[in-house]
Amino acid sequence: MTATPSSAPPASPEPVTPSVPPRIELRGISKRFAATQALEDVSLDLLPGEIHGLVGENGAGKSTLVKILAGVHQPDSGTIRLDGEATQIHGPAHSRSLGIAVVHQEPRLFPDLTVAENVFIGHAPSGRLGSIDWGATRRLAEGLFRELDVQVDVGAPVRGLSMADQQLIEIAKSLSLEARVLILDEPTASLSAHEVERLFTIVRRLRDRGVSVLFVSHRLDEVFALCDRATVFRDGRHVVTMPTRDLTTADLVRHMVGRTVSLFPKVETPIGDVLLEVSGLTKVGEFRDVGFSVRAGEIVGFAGLVGAGRTEVARVLFGIDQRDRGQILLGGVPVSFASPSAAMHAGIAYLPEDRHQEGLVQDFTIAQNVTLPILPRLFPRLLTRISAERKVAHEFTEQLSVRMTGVDQLVGSLSGGNQQKVVLAKWLASRPRILILDEPTRGIDIGAKVEVHRIISELAASGLGIVLISSDLPEVLAMSDRILVFHEGKITAEIPRSQATQERVMFAATGSATGDELAVAPPAAGARGDGGLDG
Amino acid sequence: MAETGVIATQGALRTRGSVLTSFARQRELSLAAIMVVLGALVSIVAPQFLTISNLTAVAALASIYAVASVGEALVVITRNIDLSVEAMIGVVAYCVASILERHVLDAPAAIVLGIGIGLVLGMANGVIVALLRVPSIVATLGTLSIFRGLDYVIAGSHQVPLAGLPPGFTDPARTNLLGVLPEFVVIALVVVVLGTIVLRSTRFGRQVYAVGSNPEAAAILGIPARLIEFSAFSVCGLLAGVAGVMWVMFFGTINGTAGTGIVLSIVAAVVVGGVSTLGGSGTIAGAALGALFLGLTANALPLVGLSQFWLQAIYGLVILVAVSVDAVILRRLQRATAERRAR
Repeated sequence: MTATPSSAPPASPEPVTPSVPPRIELRGISKRFAATQALEDVSLDLLPGEIHGLVGENGAGKSTLVKILAGVHQPDSGTIRLDGEATQIHGPAHSRSLGIAVVHQEPRLFPDLTVAENVFIGHAPSGRLGSIDWGATRRLAEGLFRELDVQVDVGAPVRGLSMADQQLIEIAKSLSLEARVLILDEPTASLSAHEVERLFTIVRRLRDRGVSVLFVSHRLDEVFALCDRATVFRDGRHVVTMPTRDLTTADLVRHMVGRTVSLFPKVETPIGDVLLEVSGLTKVGEFRDVGFSVRAGEIVGFAGLVGAGRTEVARVLFGIDQRDRGQILLGGVPVSFASPSAAMHAGIAYLPEDRHQEGLVQDFTIAQNVTLPILPRLFPRLLTRISAERKVAHEFTEQLSVRMTGVDQLVGSLSGGNQQKVVLAKWLASRPRILILDEPTRGIDIGAKVEVHRIISELAASGLGIVLISSDLPEVLAMSDRILVFHEGKITAEIPRSQATQERVMFAATGSATGDELAVAPPAAGARGDGGLDG
Repeated sequence: MAETGVIATQGALRTRGSVLTSFARQRELSLAAIMVVLGALVSIVAPQFLTISNLTAVAALASIYAVASVGEALVVITRNIDLSVEAMIGVVAYCVASILERHVLDAPAAIVLGIGIGLVLGMANGVIVALLRVPSIVATLGTLSIFRGLDYVIAGSHQVPLAGLPPGFTDPARTNLLGVLPEFVVIALVVVVLGTIVLRSTRFGRQVYAVGSNPEAAAILGIPARLIEFSAFSVCGLLAGVAGVMWVMFFGTINGTAGTGIVLSIVAAVVVGGVSTLGGSGTIAGAALGALFLGLTANALPLVGLSQFWLQAIYGLVILVAVSVDAVILRRLQRATAERRAR
């Protein structure tokens, strides 16, 4: 090490033994959040000088593991050994002092401070009187970026730098702390192909210097390109760890999926006329050339990974954001919504992803929430009437069997599943023709989930056209008549119910390859799963 | 019967939650109860506190604050704050007094003009906050200074004496309806009742709470948040105009410094009255009661032998206690809700 800041933690002496213990050894790690078992009895070894890929669906437990290593969460049970020594990671500062550095998908830097200040925040070299030696800070930072072979003006503020450059600052920071473990959490999600290549070169160089790298990613091709070994998580459990050279993409996908959940599948209903037709819909930087149609009685599933552009499409359909190109036909008529109220008026309802942030007014009663979207219609004159409001609220909460003491109960005191039903009731009260559901069952317990599925199915049977956005594969498969798979802002596959398998959807969602490699899946007739990267 | 089990647990938890909830929501009642208890204690030391003449005098001044607090409450419920209220009161008070002194307009016309000036100043605040998206604490700190500056420029060193006002103009501050109810209290009551109806039973009122409680949800519902913020500031200005006119009637002698420093009391009344500084909750009646509470406190201090110099410190203390109590209740509620969700 050439650049050694004076206040950096002393590196523990490397044991010179023939068999080197794993850098990090996790045994039987479990972690539970309220109703969710995020991790269950997970074991994982991270060797010195290896790049280890960690893959799994959304909700497989990857983020929880990263947070445990970063000291954000403490495991409920299990042991962590660092270079053979049993350790407890008490908090983020402790994790850093143990030599663990995490680089997030969206770097957490201070935009108004300079690059050098960000690199050395908290451990800047001090001068004679204990004040910060800015000259040394600058020089050391320059040295670090020279080591990384990256050209950055260390005196410039971070604000305005690209996501890729900001990640490199995080990596430089980990170098300055002499990190022994580098965790990259979905680092390539917002990088261009060229930036990904530069990142990989740097990561490989760090590996060759003995740093252990945990690479968390959705992009399987990148896992193969970069990693020495890969581990698959599913439902909070460890499935497999293998050298990547002994694995194929098909193996990985098969390990990732295969969850079975008891569900209430969609009841077959006659499919009616086309209600909504979208073609060439584009919003620069979010999604491009999205085209699909929704018929009465039909549930169209939007599958894909978080950030693939599904929510963004929904926001445009509902008039929250505006498109750059493309056409939306509602009942055959071209429409353009300047605002959500215009979309609502035209018969579109959108149940947002985050029911706390966007769905409900927690200070309001159930009745007040349910009638909020239809206030102007319910009360065309100035004054509201409590009785009319309660009547409407009764009607729709009863239809959805919301468990409550009455419509005057505060929404904030309901369980998650019941809150979600109130959000549904609210949108049903606006009597939509098209209902867009964004992750309608996330974070609610299995009983409530089955009930929400039953409701969705009944709504489709009543003639609504439904768009179901869900990252929960079994849910999409059970509920959808057709599945559109999004990958990086494009629809990469359209799969009818009869041909849909978890493997096929996951393939298209990770942009891995066509379905041809899959022995288990039927030949990919209509799948255009060619979104592969050359990273 | 697993089903009944679930319902039973939820019921038990809800009872615990609702005790806390009702305490948090019954700020009006608890404030009234505190006033009665404190009043009783004060009257033991100082019997003259609980006399009709003293109480009506307190109530008349408190009514001015109550009217201004109602406007402030409306703004705070939308997740904003208006620090310029006292300067709007000052401008209106001097303009009305000066117009009357010069016999430009007769009393009713001057009153209407004064309220109109308040409305225009409030709309200016509304434009800066809702249209130009300047954070309200900064925007109204600016207009506080601008409006007060205007007041100084218009007034110069002139002071309108009581004799300059038309005869009988100041009577409403001193006369009682039916011998007991001061006319000022009637004005405040009318404002409180109207404000309560607007907030409780109109579309606009519902949208005010929605915008303050959850702006993101309001946006998704297509609620015109900016229009609602603008309206809140406008109404706040209008009520500051009413309070400014009342100020002239109460004090009679008006110069360019009328109302200086009272914004602390107005915001204090709103906070003590249970309006959340985070927006989205609180009532008009609570804010008005908060004003009455502060008025009674100010009146009681000298009676129990404490110097008026204590007043500022005590107001500050009362704000801190009220906000801390709210924070504690909120945390407990959130914990109770989180526990319930975990089941």
